[in-house]
Amino acid sequence: MKIVVLGPQRRPTLDSVVRNLDLDDGPVAVVTAGWQEREPDDAELDALVGGRGVNLSLHARWQDVLVKDPEYAAAELEHRAALRELQELYLVQIDGTLRALREVGRYGGSRAEIREAARADTEAAVRLVDERHLARVREARAEFEARWHPGERLAAAGHRAEVRQVLDAAAALVVAGGHVGVLLHVLRLFAVGAAPAVIAWSAGAMALTERVLLFHDRAPHGPAHAEFLDSGLGWIRGCVLLPHARRRLRTDDTARMAELAGRAAPARCVVLDDGLRLDLGEGGALPPGVRTIGPDGRIGDAA
Amino acid sequence: MTRLAINRLKERRPDAAAIDRFLARHEAPIVEGDRCTFLWRGEADEVFLVQRIVGLPERLPLRKLWGTDLWYLVLELPPGSRINYQVEVRRGEHFERGNDPLNPKLSYSPVGTSSVCFAHGYVPPDWTEPDPDARPGELTELVLQSRALRRDCSVTLYLPARFRPTAAYPLLVVHDGGDFLQYAAAKTVLDNLIHRLDVAETVVAFVNPHDRLAEYANSAAHARFLTRELVPRLEAELPLVGQRSGRCLLGSSFGAVASLATAYRAPDVYGSLVLMSGSFVFTDIGGADHGGGPVFDPVVRFVNRYRQRPRRVADRLFLSCGVYEPLITYNRSVLHTFESTGMTVRFVETRDGHNWENWRDSLRDALSWVYPGPQKLVYE
Repeated sequence: MKIVVLGPQRRPTLDSVVRNLDLDDGPVAVVTAGWQEREPDDAELDALVGGRGVNLSLHARWQDVLVKDPEYAAAELEHRAALRELQELYLVQIDGTLRALREVGRYGGSRAEIREAARADTEAAVRLVDERHLARVREARAEFEARWHPGERLAAAGHRAEVRQVLDAAAALVVAGGHVGVLLHVLRLFAVGAAPAVIAWSAGAMALTERVLLFHDRAPHGPAHAEFLDSGLGWIRGCVLLPHARRRLRTDDTARMAELAGRAAPARCVVLDDGLRLDLGEGGALPPGVRTIGPDGRIGDAA
Repeated sequence: MTRLAINRLKERRPDAAAIDRFLARHEAPIVEGDRCTFLWRGEADEVFLVQRIVGLPERLPLRKLWGTDLWYLVLELPPGSRINYQVEVRRGEHFERGNDPLNPKLSYSPVGTSSVCFAHGYVPPDWTEPDPDARPGELTELVLQSRALRRDCSVTLYLPARFRPTAAYPLLVVHDGGDFLQYAAAKTVLDNLIHRLDVAETVVAFVNPHDRLAEYANSAAHARFLTRELVPRLEAELPLVGQRSGRCLLGSSFGAVASLATAYRAPDVYGSLVLMSGSFVFTDIGGADHGGGPVFDPVVRFVNRYRQRPRRVADRLFLSCGVYEPLITYNRSVLHTFESTGMTVRFVETRDGHNWENWRDSLRDALSWVYPGPQKLVYE
């Protein structure tokens, strides 16, 4: 499987990438579920893939499942409410530990080695909160799936089979951006598998990583803490992707950026700028020269 | 520093035609940096600017430009301020008070209209104006026969664009709903903030009082109506979250008192409150005159009692108040009372008065805090 990650497609580069990849014959499976209700508005995208696009319509399929299977719909609503509560409590925890980390960083004192030891301990506490949260989300999802077997229920099973049929014949899979939570959910619900080539950007690329980190410093209330949402599909390894990083993050606040890099470690925080193209290596590994946030909080080329 | 327009005019010893030209050239009040020149033209014995800015005398005299019938007052206003005012004119024993005839900008409050001055730096937020890209939500009318209030209650329901029966929406109940829709552009604001992903898709119930000074002043009947009649019915008929985290009461002025008093009676029902310019008048020494008249008596009794024995009535509480309002002192004081109960409180002060535009402009801060939108989840 060849994976190509693109920068945000405000000025599309997808068409040249598709031409350049020399794809096999067959349709290009397209996922625009992140656009939610606008999922069918894919004419421009279809033109960019040379008119070969077949939209997997995952959002529409998901809505169909919810309508046709009210028992599952109710269970899923409850599951999502529980996940939301989990996320809220995680935010409370991470707020406390990050405040502590910043306070320790500000602490004066005359013994640097003592302060550094305290900082290392607090960083470990932050990582622990992040890791435990992701583990709790995985557990909650596993319990839900074990109890309800969502993909095997009648309403969903038919859709899964149809999606598999398209993917089996597809030369490539294209995953667009949008709502990363919705994308993750429907990619799992309909068991979307890989195609010989996978092209993804923004939320679509985030969903393919091992861990999805949410971030936004331009919210009405100013910078909020970055927060891990969930594990991704894991097709892209060793990195946390930051689309629109320069628009969404205060990248000049190096202390804050260093904190982000520390939380993502050992994975690297990869900046997805407009126009960027990353051809990943074997197992979804990052190519050399990728732009990342260093331990000092500055954006630079990864070693 | 550039001389003020009024001073340049003064130096020219203007005649009536020059004043005509001056008034035609300038918008009144004339805003020049942090100084605002208020104007009035006509024959009078005295002219006053009347406002209720904390720290300023209620009536500020205008001066007559020598040899003319033009009156003026230069007032220093901090950047970003918006003030409401009226003009009072005395002719002999006769006083007449009204809005500024030279200023077309009007502001609305629960007690009527007044003229409004935008100081340097105040711009109405763009999200209060209709945005053609924002998909509109839907307003529908609902009438409930309320046993608690012994009357039919009209409720305007807002359903967000893309409303789906398979989703679960948080509920916001807005006091003085009709006024919020009419004077605070609540529908436009909701459409825009939801479109911009600042605020979650939310179902909003705009409720209307019959006699707001009675129903909103710590009324048990009003609280019963909301908690036992309105909310259960909406949760039975609509796809709502149906838990305290998904229920919020919002109100301004007396509506804020109604929100707090309702949550006080049902501390396990509502997760959040938005209290704007709350009329939280109290008297720390029993029997002291609170100055609000008899309609405030039940409010003062309630707030006094609450301050003596504060308790948690919600998880999160958004409190806002204009710094020019007389209520600012009470709101600043009650903030600590709320915090002492363990509620998470966000307090925002605005450079504004007691009016609908203030509450309109606070809606983004309030709603995006109570029900944050999916901005963090969307990467196009």
